[in-house]
Amino acid sequence: MTAEQMVEILSSETVNTLVLTITSTLFAYIIGLPLGIILILTDKDGIHPNAVTNSVLGFVVNMLRSVPFLILMVWMIPVTREIVGTTIGNKGTMLPLVVAAAPFVARMVESSIKEVDHGIIEAAQSMGAPTGKIITKVMLGEALPSLLVGFSITITTILGYTALAGFAGGGGLGKVAVNYGYYKYQDDIMTLAVILLVILVQIFQETGMRLAKRCDKRQ
Amino acid sequence: MLDNQSVIIRLKNLSKTYTTKSGDVHALRDINLEIHQGEIFGVIGLSGAGKSTLVRCINYLERPTGGEVMVDGKILGELNNNELNQTRQGIGMIFQQFNLLMQKTTVENICFPLEIAKVPKDQARKRALELLEMVGLADKAKAYPAQLSGGQKQRVAIARALATNPKVLLCDEATSALDPASTRSILALLKDINAKLGITIVIITHEMSVIEEICQRVAIIDKSRIAECGNVREIFARPQSNIAKTLVFPNHGQTNTMTNTNCCRIVFDGHSSYEPVIANMVLEFKQPVNIILADSKNIGGRAFGQIVLQLPSDAAVAAKMQQYLQMKGLTVEVFEADASLEVSANDR
Repeated sequence: MTAEQMVEILSSETVNTLVLTITSTLFAYIIGLPLGIILILTDKDGIHPNAVTNSVLGFVVNMLRSVPFLILMVWMIPVTREIVGTTIGNKGTMLPLVVAAAPFVARMVESSIKEVDHGIIEAAQSMGAPTGKIITKVMLGEALPSLLVGFSITITTILGYTALAGFAGGGGLGKVAVNYGYYKYQDDIMTLAVILLVILVQIFQETGMRLAKRCDKRQ
Repeated sequence: MLDNQSVIIRLKNLSKTYTTKSGDVHALRDINLEIHQGEIFGVIGLSGAGKSTLVRCINYLERPTGGEVMVDGKILGELNNNELNQTRQGIGMIFQQFNLLMQKTTVENICFPLEIAKVPKDQARKRALELLEMVGLADKAKAYPAQLSGGQKQRVAIARALATNPKVLLCDEATSALDPASTRSILALLKDINAKLGITIVIITHEMSVIEEICQRVAIIDKSRIAECGNVREIFARPQSNIAKTLVFPNHGQTNTMTNTNCCRIVFDGHSSYEPVIANMVLEFKQPVNIILADSKNIGGRAFGQIVLQLPSDAAVAAKMQQYLQMKGLTVEVFEADASLEVSANDR
């Protein structure tokens, strides 16, 4: 393989990894954020306690969180094929990624909001704040630094999942590492793929942590 | 005089019971209370007596399990969620831990209740700045709570609680996390806004000094019930219940001198003569007395003094001495050490 070919493969697969990671994270939050909020609200110490909703949702989240991602992806193949039409490439990886990541996000969001002092929520209630305002202004507003830390952990975890997906037909840097390194013993391109993955993880992590620190007004 | 004023808060047969795994816990039993418009009303009790639950029932942060809460003509139990939230906008509240939004500036904190009340942004900001000025923090508009001292945080909390022009301000142990100097300045601020705005203030505390400093009337809560309720001066001079005696006694009767017997507490209410009463009594009876504690207090703008004496162990002389003091027009109260010990043992 020429150097040009290597560069081309690595750069296009890096883009693939980025696209897959970012879109999956986005969808995981679209589903996971409301779930996390519902878990908080319906908790027995929450502002709308509801034992049934809380335990059913908690159970589903726990079950999905318990299945290792690669197994989930393989297990979901028939479902993925039915819904998306393919089980390979970015298209085929996205659905299982979101299914695996959304419950993870829900727990992340839940634990971030749990850190908010209950007294502040009580103060908002005493002002006559409706639930919507309490969620947006108090829970999300006060938990923002912690939510950003959670976001950076989530996005790096999802990046890790995309690499795993390389074993089961997924695209991106994981595929490069698996195909060239694992099956063809081409150590050079595999090492480069690994370095690129590490760099991406570090970029996401550092950006998230820095943002979190910068927006935290508690000093 | 108070009878002519209108009642703004009325608690009728109020009770609150928590159901726990280890059985029912009665936090409040059969509370009946009327608080008048414009007064500063204190609720005092030892920790665990139920006073915090009581104040949380006044704005329905806690739903009572029995009885009725009326605030400003509305019976809270009859309101739906929307109406309750509306009514809460007319009841400000401040807390021991201030409970400010930590990620928001002081101005944004004060704007929050206004945003809930759907006041336009620029108007809210203007009002917030006025309130900051009123609580003496005009230069802290852009500061975050983490940059403020405890006393300053409570000032911001007061400004926030007043933003929507409430008729009632509930203070739940509002000075308990503050040092004595900040406590005094916060109490002065509360007194000031009570006088300026005519707002009714309900103060929950475990410190008698707070009650003495600014309250006109007080309810004493003990073991989930109201043990005594009335004028602060009256209760200070002539406490009836054991809990009231413990609370008005210097240091809550927790001093080790309480193991002494034959103690009595004498209250001078500012009308007493300048005659050296104790000295004359000692000369007359030719028996020494032991001054255990002497203290003076400003209660509702009037000077009150109190002295705790240990009388001679001879019961006959002690009784005569008490009579002598009473004849001099002083309020004398024999303090039973056992009573205070019993109360502190029941604390929690």
